[in-house]
Order: sequence, then structure tokens, then C-alpha cells
Amino acid sequence: MKILVPVKRVIDSNVKVRVKSDGSGVDLANVKMSMNPFCEIAVEEAVRIKERGEADEVVAVSIGNAKSQDTLRTALAMGADRAILVKTEEAVEPLAVAKLLKAVVETEKPDIVILGKQAIDDDCNQTGQMLAGLLGVPQGTFASKIELAGDKVRVTREVDGGLETVELSKPAVITTDLRLNEPRYASLPNIMKAKKKPIDETAPETLGVDIAPRLKVISVAEPKAREAGIKVDDVAQLVDKLKNEAGVL
Amino acid sequence: MAVLLLAEHDNEALAPATAKALTAAREFGGDVDILVAGEGCKGVADEAAKLEGVGKVLLAEAPQLANRLAEEMAATIVPLMANYTVLLAPATTTGKNVLPRVAALLDVGQISDIIEVKSPDTFVRPIYAGNALETVQTSDKTVVGTVRTTAFAATGEGGSATVETVTPAGAVALSTFAGSDITVSERPELTSAGIVISGGRGMASGENFTKLIEPIADRLGAAIGASRAAVDSGYMPNDYQVGQTGKVVAPDLYIAVGISGAIQHLAGMKDSKVIVAINKDADAPIFQVADYGLVGDLFTVLPELDTELKKAGYGA
Ligand SMILES: Cc1cc2nc3c(=O)[nH]c(=O)nc-3n(C[C@H](O)[C@H](O)[C@H](O)COP(=O)(O)OP(=O)(O)OC[C@H]3O[C@@H](n4cnc5c(N)ncnc54)[C@H](O)[C@@H]3O)c2cc1C
Ligand SMILES: Nc1ncnc2c1ncn2[C@@H]1O[C@H](COP(=O)(O)O)[C@@H](O)[C@H]1O
Repeated sequence: MKILVPVKRVIDSNVKVRVKSDGSGVDLANVKMSMNPFCEIAVEEAVRIKERGEADEVVAVSIGNAKSQDTLRTALAMGADRAILVKTEEAVEPLAVAKLLKAVVETEKPDIVILGKQAIDDDCNQTGQMLAGLLGVPQGTFASKIELAGDKVRVTREVDGGLETVELSKPAVITTDLRLNEPRYASLPNIMKAKKKPIDETAPETLGVDIAPRLKVISVAEPKAREAGIKVDDVAQLVDKLKNEAGVL
Repeated sequence: MAVLLLAEHDNEALAPATAKALTAAREFGGDVDILVAGEGCKGVADEAAKLEGVGKVLLAEAPQLANRLAEEMAATIVPLMANYTVLLAPATTTGKNVLPRVAALLDVGQISDIIEVKSPDTFVRPIYAGNALETVQTSDKTVVGTVRTTAFAATGEGGSATVETVTPAGAVALSTFAGSDITVSERPELTSAGIVISGGRGMASGENFTKLIEPIADRLGAAIGASRAAVDSGYMPNDYQVGQTGKVVAPDLYIAVGISGAIQHLAGMKDSKVIVAINKDADAPIFQVADYGLVGDLFTVLPELDTELKKAGYGA
């Protein structure tokens, strides 16, 4: 069984984002970049499935510029066997990412694809669902548990009301939620080993996918800042303020 | 410019998210039809028909739609889109699950979490956990988008649209529903409650939510929320998580107890009208967004708050 894991290089989740003063976007110059946290969870899950003996190969794939190599190396150090970089300098929207991933799936023929539910930069939460649609395969999104059962995959999903379980035929697309697992830190020996693992390179043109954007970014602005209010001395004052000043009680 | 809005429901009742997304849908300036897809959900369609400004309600009923599986929903929605140029849904877990699949099948992008409709092709949406707001213009022939419901007031009742039965697509049977574990609560629903009281890692246990937060929530008729840390630690179920990757809330009053105020948490609550923070660390970032901050140990503050609210006449 083979698992494909798409991983995205994004701004590190601890970095305070700054909007550029000309309103053209956010400032990514010299900021720390990392693997998208939900993609780390996806890699971890794939590696655990392999470690349980339920998969033979884990392949990581990233779409992005040459720096996405670093993200792929992280996936390899966590335990992926090999990696594919779809190299492009363009910003690629979820639909185009899904189309590129579809092309990769068609040559790699994985049994399952595990993606993050959301990239923490664009906050789109779209790519996995789009890929499943394009492939005409089932989807198990926002997974907090994945069980392989013969030719089926059982996915427990985090939904607004609580949890829900679906059973998918294979091949299937799954996206990860926070509670699926806690990703490991790659050990130094594994980081060294990862340097020898292969990263194949391809490009959107080679895969025959049109990645022209459908959206034009008109502007990017800071949200209205919220001003810090006051500190109250005690509970009595708090209740009084909420009642008589704010009028929310 | 005909708009189709996907209703959020559980076959029994129409969720308040629908009336809020309807407000966004009406800003496109065209007719808005609502699709109620499910099983045994005629009552939901009748409810939707009462909302103001609805052209008609499409009712699609089939066993395979009972749990709104994405594969089945998409199969039914895609052919309907021959008559519409806009497809919207509230950004619930159902909307987020179904709409991107439909968008891909229509070969169009999706605009996630619309907070403002500037014009029928231009929208504002938050990115980077709400630290930036992006205005985007789409060139797609069909607009597919999810609506962040906290950004729109609910459309009221007063309409009397017709309910039209549509034939759902045949079952694609790629996935099956195998059960659910839905949190049952008498309290108001988190995303539409007027008051929300949330606990974080500082609560130290689930029992402390029961002992210290619940009485106050009961007094105020408030919903209960939690930080990711509180959910990860098993204090509260996943559906209580407020934040960038959990639920987005904007109540009149949000009380954050033992929550530090990480950007991912703020992303889910900083549009609340009034924010109260209770935290023993005077430097906790949550105080930077709080209208009223109380520095103190929650284990003494919460019982005091309960007593004070009782004195002021809230609850029994
Ligand atoms: C990809 C990603 C997505 C995320 N999504 C979310 C999300 O959707 N929602 C979310 O909430 N987080 C999210 N997070 C996590 C977020 O970064 C923080 O880790 C989390 O919000 C911290 O929760 P907390 O404030 O409860 O815990 P902590 O940061 O540990 O804060 C606990 C606070 O409690 C206070 N405290 C402790 N004891 C007491 C006491 N006795 N009395 C009073 N105060 C006390 C402390 O002073 C401290 O400020 C996400 C993170 C990542 C990487
Ligand atoms: N450029 C990319 N390269 C590889 N995977 C991606 C890329 N963009 C998105 N993905 C995958 O899709 C998931 C959801 O992203 P999004 O739909 O943009 O929120 C991510 O967690 C990744 O698994």
C-alpha cells in the first residue's frame, strides 16, 4: 500500500504576520518558514501507518519554489521514503494545486492521499476536497482517527456537532485535524539519513496543468485593531461594568 | 445572477447559520434560492421558505443525502448549477466539506470565509488567522464561496417562498456514514450564542469546567467554549474549540478564562463585542484584546463571579 502526502511550506505558526505598507500582501522576507502544521500531522499519520506495517511506501509531494525542498526534507526526516517537488515560482491556488496533485496521483497511484485540512497561510481548507472531486474518489475530511480495514478506510471526523465516522472505499483522500496525532520531531540521525533520500523534480508544464490564477488580489489590509481596555480590581467591579457600562449583562 | 444557497440543517431544524449566509447571498443583488438536501427534511424546507427574500426552496430528499456526505451532495448540486451563477454555503464543517468538491467539479476556485461582498465578483476574506484581510476578485464564470456567518446579521422571516421538489442524483456510494457522536447540550449553540464563556489550559481539568464554568454559563444562558489546549488535554470535546481552525464566534460578550490569547485563539473570537479576560498572568496577551481584564486565580475568581451574578439576580 502506498500513501501520498502533500506538504506545504508556509510561514511558521509562531510568527507575527505583518501586512506590507503598500497593501500588496504580507511581508514574508526573512521570516521563519516551516511545514504547515496540518501537513506535519499528515506526514506523522502516514509514517505511523507504515510503521504498523500497513503501508509499504510514503511519498511526500510539495508544490512551490526551490525552498520547498526544505519542507520535503523535513517530511523525509520524519520517515517519508521519497519526495517529489513540483517546482514553480508562481503562487498556486488550491484548485491548481489539486490539479497538479491529481497528475501526481495518476502516475504514483497511491491507495490513500493524506493532506492537511487547512494551510495556515491562505486558510482555504479546500485542496483535499477538490482533489477528491477531481479524482472521483471518496473524501474523509477533518480526521481525528484513521483506521485501515481491508479495502476500506474508516475515518472519524471532527464536525461542528462533535464527531462523525465515515467509511471510504479506496483509493481515498483524507485531510487531517489537530487531534489525529502529535507529530514527532525528526532525530538528528534521521535528518542525516533524509539527506540521502531522493527528491524528484517536475514542473506544472511537464504535468500539463494550467495553474493560471482565478483570483486577483486587489489588496491586503490589516484588520481593525482591537484596543486593550481596562483592568478591573475585582469581580464586583467587573459585573458592575458589564451591566452598567457595556450593557451586555 | 441567480444565487443558490446551501441550507445548514440536521433534517429536523434549519440552523441559524443559514439565515446569516442568506444575508450575504442577498448582497449579490439577484434572486436567491435555497437548497435543502437531506432525508425527511420537508419541515426544514418549509422553515427556509419563511425567510425573507428567498425566491424558492429546492428540496432534494434521498437516503444517501441523510448525512450530507460530500460525494452525494456534490453529485446532486453540480447539475443544479446549470441554473445558477453563484453557490454559497455557511462556513460550517458541512459547507467546508462539500463546497470545494463542487467547485472543483465545476472547474472553478472557491472563496472561503467571505466576510464582505464588495460586488458580485469581489470579496473580503481573512487570511493568516485573521491577521490580514484580503480583497479578491474572481474571474471564474461561477462563484463558489463559503460565508463566515459571524460577519453577517441573520435575515428575518416574512417570506413565503414556494418549495419545489428536485430529483437528487443517484447514489454514488463511494463512502458510507458509519455513525456519529454528537454532543448533546441544553445550552445555546456556540456560534450563535449571545454570551460565550471559554476555558483554557488554566482550567486544569474537565471537572473544573463542570464545577466552575457551567454554573456561570447556566446563570447567563451562555454557550461554553474552549481553547485548543483545553480540547487537546481532553477537558472538553473537539466541537468546543474556538479559533483559527475551530469555530469562529462573535457574541455580545466573550469571557476567556485561563486562556493566554494565542493568535490562533484570537482568530476565533476577536470580533466579539465585549471581551472579558480572567487570567493570573497580568502579561498574558489576551489582555491586549480584552475590554475588561481581571488578573487573578480563576479558582477563586469564578466562584466569586458566580456569587456576584447570583446577587445581581442572574439565575436561581
Ligand atoms: C495549526 C494550529 C492551529 C491552532 N488552532 C487553534 C484554535 O483553533 N484555537 C485555539 O484556541 N488554539 C489553537 N492553536 C493553539 C494555540 O497556538 C495555543 O497553543 C492555544 O490557544 C493555547 O491554549 P491556552 O491559552 O488554553 O493555553 P496556554 O497558552 O497554556 O495558556 C494558559 C493560560 O492560563 C493561565 N492560567 C493558568 N492557571 C491559571 C489560574 N489558576 N487562574 C487564572 N489563569 C490561569 C495562564 O496564565 C495562561 O495564560 C493552534 C495552533 C496551531 C499550531
Ligand atoms: N503548494 C502545496 N503543496 C503541497 N500541498 C499543498 C499545497 N497547497 C496545499 N496543499 C495541501 O492542501 C492542504 C490544505 O490546503 P488549503 O486548501 O490551501 O488550505 C495542505 O495542508 C496541504 O496538505
